[in-house]
Amino acid sequence: MTNTLSAQLPDSADVVVIGAGIVGNSVAYHLAEEGWRNIVLLDKGPLPDPGGSTGHASNFIFPVDHSKEITMLTLDSMRQYEKFGTLTTCGGIEVARKPERVEELKRRMASAKAWGIDSELITPERVAELVPFVDQSILLAGFCTPSCAVVDPLQTGALMREHAQQLGALTVSANTEVLGFDVVDGRVRGVRTDKGDIATETVVISCGVWSPRIARMAGARIPLTPAVHQMIDVGPIPELAETHTEIAYPIVRDMDALMYERQSGADLEIGSYAHRPILHEPDEIPSIEEAALSPTQLPFTEDDFDPQMEDALELFGSILNTEGAGVRHAINGLLSLTPDGSPLLGETPEVRGLWSAAAVWIKEGPGVGRMLAQWMTHGHSEIDLHGADISRFYPHQRVPAHVRARTAEGFNKTYGIVHPREQWSSQREQRLSPFYSREKALGAEFFEVAGWERPQWYESNRPLVEEYGVQDRPHEWDARWWSPIINAEHLAMRERAAMIDLSAFAQFDVSGPGAVDYLQRLCVANVDRPVGRLIYTPLLDVAGGFRSDLTIVRLGPDKFRVITGGADGARDRKWFLDHLPESVSFADVTSSVCTLGLWGPRARDILSAATDDDVSNEGFPYGTAKEIVVGGVPVLALRVSYVGDLGWELHAPFEQGARLWDAIAEAGEPHGLIPAGIGVYGTTGRLEKGYRLMGAELEAEYDPVEAGLALPKVKSADFIGKEAYVAARESDPAALLCTLTVDDHTSSDGIARFPQGGEPILTRDGRRIVDRKGRGSYVTSAGAGPSLGKYLLMAYLPPEHAVEGTKLQVEYMGEQYPVTVARVGRKPLFDPDDARMKA
Amino acid sequence: MSLDILVCVKRVPAPGAKVPLTEDGRDIDTRHLGFTIGPHEECAVEEAVRLVDKHGGSATVLAAGPPEVAEQVRYALAMGANQGVVVDTGEDELDPQATAAAIVHAVGELDTSFDLIMVGNESADAGHYQVGVRVATELGRPVVGGIKGIDVLDGSVRLRRDVGSATEVYELPLPAVVAVKEGLNLPRYPSLPGRLKAKKAQLRTVSYRPEPGGLRKIRLRQPEDNRAESVLLGHGAAAAPAVVDVLEELGVC
Repeated sequence: MTNTLSAQLPDSADVVVIGAGIVGNSVAYHLAEEGWRNIVLLDKGPLPDPGGSTGHASNFIFPVDHSKEITMLTLDSMRQYEKFGTLTTCGGIEVARKPERVEELKRRMASAKAWGIDSELITPERVAELVPFVDQSILLAGFCTPSCAVVDPLQTGALMREHAQQLGALTVSANTEVLGFDVVDGRVRGVRTDKGDIATETVVISCGVWSPRIARMAGARIPLTPAVHQMIDVGPIPELAETHTEIAYPIVRDMDALMYERQSGADLEIGSYAHRPILHEPDEIPSIEEAALSPTQLPFTEDDFDPQMEDALELFGSILNTEGAGVRHAINGLLSLTPDGSPLLGETPEVRGLWSAAAVWIKEGPGVGRMLAQWMTHGHSEIDLHGADISRFYPHQRVPAHVRARTAEGFNKTYGIVHPREQWSSQREQRLSPFYSREKALGAEFFEVAGWERPQWYESNRPLVEEYGVQDRPHEWDARWWSPIINAEHLAMRERAAMIDLSAFAQFDVSGPGAVDYLQRLCVANVDRPVGRLIYTPLLDVAGGFRSDLTIVRLGPDKFRVITGGADGARDRKWFLDHLPESVSFADVTSSVCTLGLWGPRARDILSAATDDDVSNEGFPYGTAKEIVVGGVPVLALRVSYVGDLGWELHAPFEQGARLWDAIAEAGEPHGLIPAGIGVYGTTGRLEKGYRLMGAELEAEYDPVEAGLALPKVKSADFIGKEAYVAARESDPAALLCTLTVDDHTSSDGIARFPQGGEPILTRDGRRIVDRKGRGSYVTSAGAGPSLGKYLLMAYLPPEHAVEGTKLQVEYMGEQYPVTVARVGRKPLFDPDDARMKA
Repeated sequence: MSLDILVCVKRVPAPGAKVPLTEDGRDIDTRHLGFTIGPHEECAVEEAVRLVDKHGGSATVLAAGPPEVAEQVRYALAMGANQGVVVDTGEDELDPQATAAAIVHAVGELDTSFDLIMVGNESADAGHYQVGVRVATELGRPVVGGIKGIDVLDGSVRLRRDVGSATEVYELPLPAVVAVKEGLNLPRYPSLPGRLKAKKAQLRTVSYRPEPGGLRKIRLRQPEDNRAESVLLGHGAAAAPAVVDVLEELGVC
């Protein structure tokens, strides 16, 4: 008997895909569709089920997620499963046992509307009509999505392989173990296996829970942890058996018990995210031969599941108590968890040509394969993947201790109610600015970005709340991870001045004879400006969507400082390094520079009291940079503002930060200077000035014309995305970024409510708003504009609605609130002529 | 007649195709393995529960070993046994003599005088085939092994075992010992309520350190390559004859 599943391996390949689960099959298939040939797909295990998580997953799909990125990947995947005939629509209901979950289900409704998915809130009676076995008496509500489905990922993978093989594009080799990689000068050159070596420039690691182990052989880190998700099958249950089908009833997610129940033939399958986090090491997962069931189906640990059995009996007692029905199958199934819960996609920052396609659920697998194949082929993908980009992590976020701590903390949030501003409690105090001890003494409430501890507001400013008469938010959800102090700090800054810790910026020094050409190629704006100029610029991908937006300072003829947001710095760093020519040197100076912002009408009085240098408007005009000395500390000062007031960013040597802080604080004391947090910088000040935020307003699916960030002229130098950018300028935009004001906050309970972002914008008669590219309108950012006395929302609207004065509404927590389009485009609502900044 | 039954079960690792060994080759490396009871013993528990359902009485489950054997006792309780006994013999692995001594000691400690003691024909890991015979001898009771059928009569049991194409039938006076084989019945899966009841059940613990017997385990050895290869028999209907060949080879058709 011949073994034709293990074909002869070729000596070389255009790409080697390691791992034949749903993700690897999908990547291989879509690469073939994109025109790749000489694709090799390997797996250590046998086919069609090599023993990874694809083989034991519960295989159901609930499309609605609060994340647009994840929802879009899921919807794309559902279309693919449907095309392959491996999708069975059965509907699904998330049920609430507790009042706070009812509120969360209303929030789910808003996300469903924002992303265009047909869902409805239903009563417990209706839940019981759809799933007759549930005890409706313990339920308060349900969130029903009729398009929920179960899929067959193994069959889908087989069909994908078959299709790619028919194209003559794919060699499949099962039972083939990867032993190592050839990596030369940071670039992958080959894969070594027990069946022979393959020379290749491109490798995709889609090995699920084993991905970290495989990547490590090449010198890269894939930061995920194999973690247990317990599942049991109880049957036979006559009510289910008599349907004579795999699934006849909607899947139920018992959200407050952190569990799900779905029919699987004659059985009820029960899965849990409620048990203690049980993390494993990729190296210690048993081999295929050693595993009793499969390597990713570990021995069931009964004690962990017992409390969930009681929850399941409460809701499904009428069938689980059936005589003769027993636990026929019980596993500790392994899945992949990441520090922030999102997938790990893209080229690894450590090794060129080595791509990660890991930490992907069944519901996202086919879509991830399609997007990754686009990315590998064209350099960008239809769906913006910034939240899943593996290069988003800084070095400290890729070490095992961080990965274990955050995945352990995140596991029980799988079905949790997670506030949009929710902070992690593990792995804090990783990156501290030199101002940290001063801030702590002032009662700073620290929020984390990219490991940095940043004051969101200061308790020391609480007296300002009364001074400025700031109202608290009456609803706990709206007030969670928020304080009226933020608005008070904002008003004090507008009246006096504020100092703000901005040390979380990522900063790069770019220098050398090719520096101008290099930056010209990356940036939309012309960077060949006089020394000392500040340049704000978008960075685009080839398709003209946003890759980043940042500020560049020309420090010398061949020397530039690049300053970008802490949240985006790691991804931006990879983008800059990917395009770096030999004639340019690149230095990441993030850890050697601290930054203190000083803004407000008194900023010049304060700075001039702390420096002998000329900081007058004539001596130091807006949009320029100068080396000055502040309190004896050499400082690179930038006359710029993200909050719309007169002032500077002061960049100093990290170890002299405390001196700088003290000098400014002392000079500011007579002027009423306050410390202010990121609540002002990132939300209130920014929104009043209409400034856009990467990852919120700015993402690959929108272009600079739509965002109102097109520059007056197109520079002559070529740059990435130029062709698409020029085309966008010459056509009518499908949507325009607008700032809206909330006209009435009063809920049906008679209290004021405040949307938090992500909510759908609807017409006054309740219809969804969709642009001609099929993109729905939703709130990209939300927050107070204290100086305007208005609550502000940003949203992209199609031209027919993007008209100032247009009356629309926003849906928040199940109710509609009237809003008005206050501004189309980038002109700020506050100080529209920028007179304050330029004073 | 109602009868009190004692079922003896053993906690054994549940490995895959390849049994991992410790570095010194003396033991199975159980760090990543689950534990279970052997298939013969599952049938013994099932039979005991059925006999008690039919005739009345009680089914007690006993396991000897480290305290972790409680997990297997509770599993049997979840299947429907009435009482559980843990004979805590410490961490050292028991040989068949020591196991039998521990069981005999525990039987003496318990208040019930069991009409029927059931064991698995042989353990799933060691396979010594000794414990039932040793217990019976020590207690002075009759014993038969390899049993695939049990009927309770008045004061005796009728037992069946397959020998080639024939069946041997025994009748033993009670009290007796029976070593049963897989195929005796189809064991049930534990129900959810059964599991929750078993979790809360109070187990009787008997501490006892039996003297080691005469058997010594020197070393375990991995057989040569036992890796399972996938074999493609063909596509669609054309594969049918090859499938039939394999089924005939396996003796399942």
